[in-house]
Amino acid sequence: MTYRVCSGMGGIRTSGDLVARVQLSKKVKLKKAKEYVAKKLGVAVEVLSDEFGMKKIREELDIGSPLATTYKSKGIIAKKNIAEILDLPIPSVERSFISS
Amino acid sequence: MEYRTRSGNGKIISMKKREIVREIEDGINDATERADIEPLSDSEVEHLLDILLQKDKVITVKAGDEVILTRDGGTLKYTGCTRYSGVPLSREQAVWVGERILSLDTMELGHIDYSIKPVKPIAHDESSVLENILLSSIIPIFYGAMPNLGLYFTSQGGQFPDYSALMNKGKFKESQEALYEAAQKLIEDIKYVSKVFSKSGTDGINLDTAAAAGDAEFFATLNAVEFISREIKIPVQIGMASEQVLGLHCELKYKGELLAGAYPHIQGKLAERAGATIFGPAINTKVSKSFPWNLARALTFVKRCIKDLKIPIHVNMGMGVGGIPMSDVAPMDSVSRGAKAMIEIARVDGI
Repeated sequence: MTYRVCSGMGGIRTSGDLVARVQLSKKVKLKKAKEYVAKKLGVAVEVLSDEFGMKKIREELDIGSPLATTYKSKGIIAKKNIAEILDLPIPSVERSFISS
Repeated sequence: MEYRTRSGNGKIISMKKREIVREIEDGINDATERADIEPLSDSEVEHLLDILLQKDKVITVKAGDEVILTRDGGTLKYTGCTRYSGVPLSREQAVWVGERILSLDTMELGHIDYSIKPVKPIAHDESSVLENILLSSIIPIFYGAMPNLGLYFTSQGGQFPDYSALMNKGKFKESQEALYEAAQKLIEDIKYVSKVFSKSGTDGINLDTAAAAGDAEFFATLNAVEFISREIKIPVQIGMASEQVLGLHCELKYKGELLAGAYPHIQGKLAERAGATIFGPAINTKVSKSFPWNLARALTFVKRCIKDLKIPIHVNMGMGVGGIPMSDVAPMDSVSRGAKAMIEIARVDGI
């Protein structure tokens, strides 16, 4: 928990899940992963760890949020949107939507 | 003036500034002499000292410098007992807590025994839970397990002759054969479970505490990672067990490099050559030394990894590694200082 507060990107509160996906998919260092996500979202890198800025972006793009808002995408549906926006393959999305 | 810091076992101690400086220098020297690597620069030492002397209990990185967090143990830390929290949650629920309440960047599913060997016979049961989690979560989900070669020997209920008993009898060749054969079986098992979890759509495999059983286990891990990377084509993270690979077989090589005795920058380079996506160096904490000594030493090792590797580095900073005191309830002051130092001085890509 201390790491989350002191040094973590913030997961779906911000863009931590998106940056992590780029690291996994492209084997790139943190700086490049952040730049990739910022470019795909059309924002400055500084916005990526800002809860206020990223809440609005996540809502607009419908890529999931920590709040259980009705009528908004959750789980695999949100990941399908993430795969399209980041232009990255997400294995569970491919398994659920593409291979079937 | 005295400053509040901790010993390697977590106990609060007080030190003068000049004593902390000496501890930092000694810790750096210990790493450089052991691994033949370069020390931290003067400005890095000054930065570390500044971090250690801060009065606030919890400190943090500059906004924008945050890093990705990956896990070892994952759901086990919430639902497991003994060293863990023992909260009566399903593992699906544990992932939701991690994702939606704690806001983790990634999460991991693991079996309660957290080792490849016991996972193999229940891999499809584990896959069912994994599929539920992948349908209902957003953050990347790893399946994690330790290679844990030790479980393959008769003394631990396995099928291969106990290598240490053979060594005690002076049967070194037989001991090496037992280690090699067990390693081949471990490679086969890692390949099998990785294929199963890949079919369920895992975002990656986390092979944690790698080389806990020495060079033969590291040999198996690297060969399995090569297969996962090339054939299954899914991301794989290697988290190490310690700063130096123990020589139990002593003659095993990977791509021409002797594995016994390898320090983190060599371990990481081999992991990268095998096709690993993320490398997690583990620098052991010495409980008899101070937190400043341990953190300075860990930073020296990790900084060299960052210099040598192109893949992301997620340093291990749990109990007793990465400079963090050996306490299963890790002090927040040490954890936050350790994280800040690793991010701002070693420039890690994740923790």
